[in-house]
Amino acid sequence: MAELGLKLAFSVAQIAVVMGIVMLTVMFLTLAERKVLGWMQDRMGPMEVGPYGVLQPIADGLKLFFKEDIVPAGANKFLFSLAPILALVPALIGFAVIPFGPNQTVELFGRQFQPFVISDINIGILYILAFTSIGAYGIILGGWASNSKYSLLGGLRSAAQVISYELNVGLAIVGVLLLAGSLSLVKITEAQAGGFWHWYIFAFPFPQIFAFVVYVISAVAETNRVPFDLPEAESELVAGFFTEYSGMRFAFFFLAEYANMILVSCIAAALFLGGWNAPYPGTLLPENLAWVEGIVWFAAKVYFFLFLFFWLRATLPRLRYDQLMRFGWKVMLPIALGNILVTAIAAYLFPKG
Amino acid sequence: MAQAFFLYFAGIIVLTSVLVVALRNPVYSAISLLIMFFHVAGLYVTLHAEFLAAVQIIVYTGAILVLYLFVVMLLNVKREERYHAQFPLAALLGVTILTEGLMLTLNRRFSSEPLPLSGDNGAADAAAGNTETIGEVLYSTYLFPFEVASLILLVAMIGAIVLAKKDITARDR
Repeated sequence: MAELGLKLAFSVAQIAVVMGIVMLTVMFLTLAERKVLGWMQDRMGPMEVGPYGVLQPIADGLKLFFKEDIVPAGANKFLFSLAPILALVPALIGFAVIPFGPNQTVELFGRQFQPFVISDINIGILYILAFTSIGAYGIILGGWASNSKYSLLGGLRSAAQVISYELNVGLAIVGVLLLAGSLSLVKITEAQAGGFWHWYIFAFPFPQIFAFVVYVISAVAETNRVPFDLPEAESELVAGFFTEYSGMRFAFFFLAEYANMILVSCIAAALFLGGWNAPYPGTLLPENLAWVEGIVWFAAKVYFFLFLFFWLRATLPRLRYDQLMRFGWKVMLPIALGNILVTAIAAYLFPKG
Repeated sequence: MAQAFFLYFAGIIVLTSVLVVALRNPVYSAISLLIMFFHVAGLYVTLHAEFLAAVQIIVYTGAILVLYLFVVMLLNVKREERYHAQFPLAALLGVTILTEGLMLTLNRRFSSEPLPLSGDNGAADAAAGNTETIGEVLYSTYLFPFEVASLILLVAMIGAIVLAKKDITARDR
């Protein structure tokens, strides 16, 4: 019983730390996005709250927290309250299988613990795919329950978009799974150790660079970011599926979007860019501090992707809806399928080890 | 412990399955279906079939149910009021299936020997991962059914394309 209690306490502590870091990152991202966009458009970005506007997220958070929570007349109250939760929970739950650092164990009170991954389950990547597919329900039901034309149109667009691009995400990942021979993110990351030429984006039998491009584009589409933000296109649909939301419920959708961005960045880093592995063989720091280096590299890769999201937003105009669908089904899907075919042949001709 | 989990999952599955057909609001029906799919996946996890559990959620909740909701929202039916003249047929089918189910469970209770598959599965699980085992079995023992299933899916796909295409050419002329 004490054994179980210890294990539970350790898991809860891990979950608390990961959630804390994710929430802090989301806070920081809202500021970073406005600052980066500002600089790219030759503006200063937020400057009022604190030095250089660094306390802006706290002001925004307080504002959202104290805002009146409005349920529109004719809305379905139950689904209207359920939708933001359905959007946020899947976005946060995926972090449970992400390896944030080297796969080492520490001994605590006579038990072995893995400090840098909450749970190493053998279907890791499928678990994430399963829960990200639930995130669409929050958007669809939120759009439907609001009893507003704009929300409904946003929800419908989102449903079609998420189904189309989820398929591409799944198929883009298959190439990496074929090379790694595992679905566990910990094992996939470990297989990429020993220099950047072992990362699956460049790896030997068949570099997954096409799959990587397909994955990144589909991930942008799946998180409803510019240039694929049709479910919330301001100039057409006011704010899309969350037009009628205010206060904390709006904040939940907002948090879900940013948490999803972090999640897809973590997956891209772990699957294609070697996760916590440094781009050179071995480590620079001594053995007992190697985990610091691993975590720093992982964070650097994740932040690169997050910067890419902002960069795209500042650069590209929004696609038209038929362009979005045609691009997903007639360009991305054939590339992803072709990649699977070639990778399977390459993996068969050059079996590993 | 395992028994308790099974009872919980089975109970919720039965309850939500009944709610799917009993609720009048189609969106609520879809949500009970969502809850049911999750609990079926939970049952798979208790049986150590993690791969099936994940695929269950990805395929059924991630794709099929989203399409249902999509259609429900497009038609915008707030309440379904078209329940009529179904009762005799429903009663006939229901009684038949219930009798079958009861007979099967009663027969099952008296045969005390365990199913041969369960012990087999455990050994295979220990040797290789769940996913590898399924892949291997699918492409060796059950290769023929697998290929037949894929052929049927291909035919369905071609049928859908033909149906959709006809419309476009007719409009063009």
